[in-house]
Amino acid sequence: MPKDSGIGASPKRREDVRFLTGNGNYTDDINIHGQAYAHFLRSDLAHGRIKSIGTDAAAAMPGVVRIFTAADFEGVGGIPCGWQITDRQGNVMQEPKHPILADGKVRHVGEAIAVVVADSLEQARDAAEAIELDIEELPAVIDMKAAVADGSVKVHDDLTSNLCYDWSLVEENREAVEQAFQDAAHVTTLELVNNRLVANPMEPRVAIGQYDRSANDSTLYTTSQNPHLIRLLMGAFVLGIPEHKLRVVAPDVGGGFGTKIFHYAEEAFCTFAAKAINRAVKWTSSRSEAFMSDAHGRDHVTKIELALDADNNFTAVRTDTYANMGAYLSTFSTAVPTWLHGILMAGNYKTPLIYVNVKAVFTNTVPVDAYRGAGRPEATYQLERVIDIAARELGVDPIALRRQNFITEFPYATPVAVEYDTGDYHATMDKLEEIADLSGFADRRAESEKNGKLRGLGVNCYIEACGIAPSNLVGQLGARAGLYESATVRVNATGGLVVMTGSHSHGQGHETSFPQVIAEMIGIDESMIEIVHGDTAKVPMGMGTYGSRSLAVGGSAMVKATEKIIAKAKKIAAHLLEASDADIELKDGQFSVAGTDKSVAWGEVTLAAYVPHNYPLEDLEPGLEETAFYDPANFTYPSGAYACEVEVDPDTGKVSIERFSAADDFGNIVNPMIVDGQVHGGIGQGIGQALLEACVYDENGQLLSASFMDYAMPRADDLPFYAVDHSCQTPCTHNPLGVKGCGEAGAIGSPPSVVNAVVDALQSAGRDVIHIDMPLSPNRVWAALNG
Amino acid sequence: MYNFEFEKPSSVEDAVAALAADDAQALGGGQTLIPTLKQRLASPSKLVSLSGIAEMLGVRSEGSALVIGGGMTHADVAAQAAAYPALAEMAAHIGDPAVRNRGTIGGSLANNDPSADYPAAALASAAVIVTNAREIAADDYFQGMFDTALDEGEIITRVKFAVPQAANYQKFVQPASRFALVGVFVAKHADGVRVAVTGASEQGVFRWGEAEAALNKEFRIDALMGLKINPMNMIGDLHGTKEYRAHLVGVMTKRAVAAAV
Repeated sequence: MPKDSGIGASPKRREDVRFLTGNGNYTDDINIHGQAYAHFLRSDLAHGRIKSIGTDAAAAMPGVVRIFTAADFEGVGGIPCGWQITDRQGNVMQEPKHPILADGKVRHVGEAIAVVVADSLEQARDAAEAIELDIEELPAVIDMKAAVADGSVKVHDDLTSNLCYDWSLVEENREAVEQAFQDAAHVTTLELVNNRLVANPMEPRVAIGQYDRSANDSTLYTTSQNPHLIRLLMGAFVLGIPEHKLRVVAPDVGGGFGTKIFHYAEEAFCTFAAKAINRAVKWTSSRSEAFMSDAHGRDHVTKIELALDADNNFTAVRTDTYANMGAYLSTFSTAVPTWLHGILMAGNYKTPLIYVNVKAVFTNTVPVDAYRGAGRPEATYQLERVIDIAARELGVDPIALRRQNFITEFPYATPVAVEYDTGDYHATMDKLEEIADLSGFADRRAESEKNGKLRGLGVNCYIEACGIAPSNLVGQLGARAGLYESATVRVNATGGLVVMTGSHSHGQGHETSFPQVIAEMIGIDESMIEIVHGDTAKVPMGMGTYGSRSLAVGGSAMVKATEKIIAKAKKIAAHLLEASDADIELKDGQFSVAGTDKSVAWGEVTLAAYVPHNYPLEDLEPGLEETAFYDPANFTYPSGAYACEVEVDPDTGKVSIERFSAADDFGNIVNPMIVDGQVHGGIGQGIGQALLEACVYDENGQLLSASFMDYAMPRADDLPFYAVDHSCQTPCTHNPLGVKGCGEAGAIGSPPSVVNAVVDALQSAGRDVIHIDMPLSPNRVWAALNG
Repeated sequence: MYNFEFEKPSSVEDAVAALAADDAQALGGGQTLIPTLKQRLASPSKLVSLSGIAEMLGVRSEGSALVIGGGMTHADVAAQAAAYPALAEMAAHIGDPAVRNRGTIGGSLANNDPSADYPAAALASAAVIVTNAREIAADDYFQGMFDTALDEGEIITRVKFAVPQAANYQKFVQPASRFALVGVFVAKHADGVRVAVTGASEQGVFRWGEAEAALNKEFRIDALMGLKINPMNMIGDLHGTKEYRAHLVGVMTKRAVAAAV
């Protein structure tokens, strides 16, 4: 019988009441008395030399408080990159200056050149139109391979080239991998593009800077997934404000998907400007600005080769990837194609030799950084596509080929630097075959053919590394931050709890699922537990939410802090019950002495902690509040198997997703309903990438897909009902909850199965189609059918 | 949005007078104009709303024609044009509910977006565009992308559709905007078949003469076999090449004929 509370139950999300009734408190809902409004004048050229910025006429216009340009930021630091990559030769990456406002040159369409701060937004916009720009247009470089060719236009004049780094994993394996390819019985090669995406969270970015002249304190309200990291980066690296004089608040945030992890220039600007004019300064991104200033995602061009022996065992994988950085290095941009991508190239398979080469390239485009999955979808896509093609070339069943090569013994050390702690890939594939009714596919295909449609089936596996991440490991790999998490559990006298977590919820449901864990541990009602997050003044420290890390890392910190609470509470209970604390048991909110009927309730113990009349004051401090930090020992490794069935209309090339099934292993599950929702959303975004979404620049660097008129987001009628199962559970071996993380799985696991299915459909009609690049638009599919 | 004056007259006569001001602009449902204003891509001195003019409302039959007021929303037409089912069906699938409940037939025809649905319906239905000043045959009305025979300040007061014997509209949507990537309206009238294509051409909505000739001989799909349209003047963009659009014109025409017979 399903539980109705605690771990494993599916209570409805308590936060949804305010979200769905218009009572959320989003950053744009915050208005500070006397605030001024910032409007950013952005470049409409992809590349140009700024000769002059005339602001006199604009400054004289009604309502203008002040106009800022790069000249106002002399001596102010640039936007930092959070991860320094060391290349194949042992040299550190090329790291260009990243100014808050364009300094000397503009390097992408949408780069901010000047900011008007005025009494109203309309006045700021009016004045921005009166700014006289003299910018000499320069040739832009958009194509990555052209950017690293000899003689290319340089995005940054002070760098030696447009190559940020040329990285590999593992360099020492290079020759052995080459030998394996020479010895191979079969080699499958695939060249593909992992399409550039725009995250498009429903809530655009917003920043409000506030300065308190009496205390010399600054506050930034911002749409962020990790306010503490913004405080650290902006305070220490950009504005020189010590952390104790800077508060960052990220209240309700309407979706992040990665693009709200990063520290953006607009945040630093509003904080800086508020002090400069001694008024709060507010900026709310328009959707048009979001398209050309939010960090984009993906954008890899890859060649992957798979070597097999005569028995169809994988013997080696080699990849060669160009990863677009855009014009500047966003916070985690450099880590995505390297340590979040290369380490996944083993996938679910015991391939003994792997060599991954990644060239990160500057271009005159918006910076590219993590987007749901971040590197892991790119790894999964290429690997699962090349395996599918190999199966067809060899005439073997693609599922059988995968099963034959599955890793089956754990822990398993891959040749690409990570050790999978646990998993059972046959179990998830078995479950997939069941829930996807793969045995019924032939009948469904026959039915589709009767209706003039081509039906295809695509299957793939995925593995991901999440629960990011062991600090000492990522430190060695170039991270400039730790990746632990903290939690403070404060118990009030009347027994209620407040958890201050450094994790941040921007849709994931922390306010519901985190209390379930504590309710289970103590045996009290979830309604007694409140989750506080998103405010550096309330939460001691935090590394935020990304990389499916909230429950695995933040939840673990909360468990550790709660364990400390329980240990202390047991001592108090032992005193009240005149017993030894070793004999105290806690169950259903009652402390009892083992083997007796003596007990005391949770609320009596918490009251004693704060009204310590009968209390062991000589041994124990009053109060009941504990903090814990948790630094994971390893990544977690969720895995799964996905299946997609499509119908292709041969007349138009339109793809319709008829069935989509996902069998995931997330380890233990706290709230199955929330996990379902996370998987649904992830698959929706994966299908969006596979069928619809394309961020496209022309050769001059103009963004062609700059609005929803041309950038196709998935809508409800583009998506099927999903069959989602997470009953296969191999608990994580190294965190206290045994949880692995589920936020990114859907987006990682779904694109290859969609493409595999469409290719299968076309092949069923006798077409010699090997591959189609995403998105599989009707035009592309039709062209492949008629090519 | 820049500042502008706003007037909401209650008669066509007053609207025409209001539109005589320099840079005045008529406002129908605003589904194109308002976003354009918000993006500061237009700066009319005055907006003259046509939504308060009773004589521009209503749907009524006049002999074999269906006459629709220029101020009628797409939702109105979907609900009230039962006498012309293909037209009602087309109106029911324009944009999304917000667009259908604000956007008007007169506004759509005056704007003549090359991917809009109404121009195809009007052209295939041999509609007559009735303005405050005159009547314009659809064949003379559409003059290219966003270009019509309307004079400055001229208002579409109603549209007279010749209700065909059989008709159907088939739209293949552009995945992002969901405007027509290609839309084909086929109408079989007593005096001949008309095939109007929207979304496809750089010249805006047009009639596909070869298909009309073939269908006049025999109004069935087979008549269209082997018929191809030249891709040269088609639109080629992110969502479809010229060749793909030309191909879709054929596919959508066949589907419209199949649905109409």
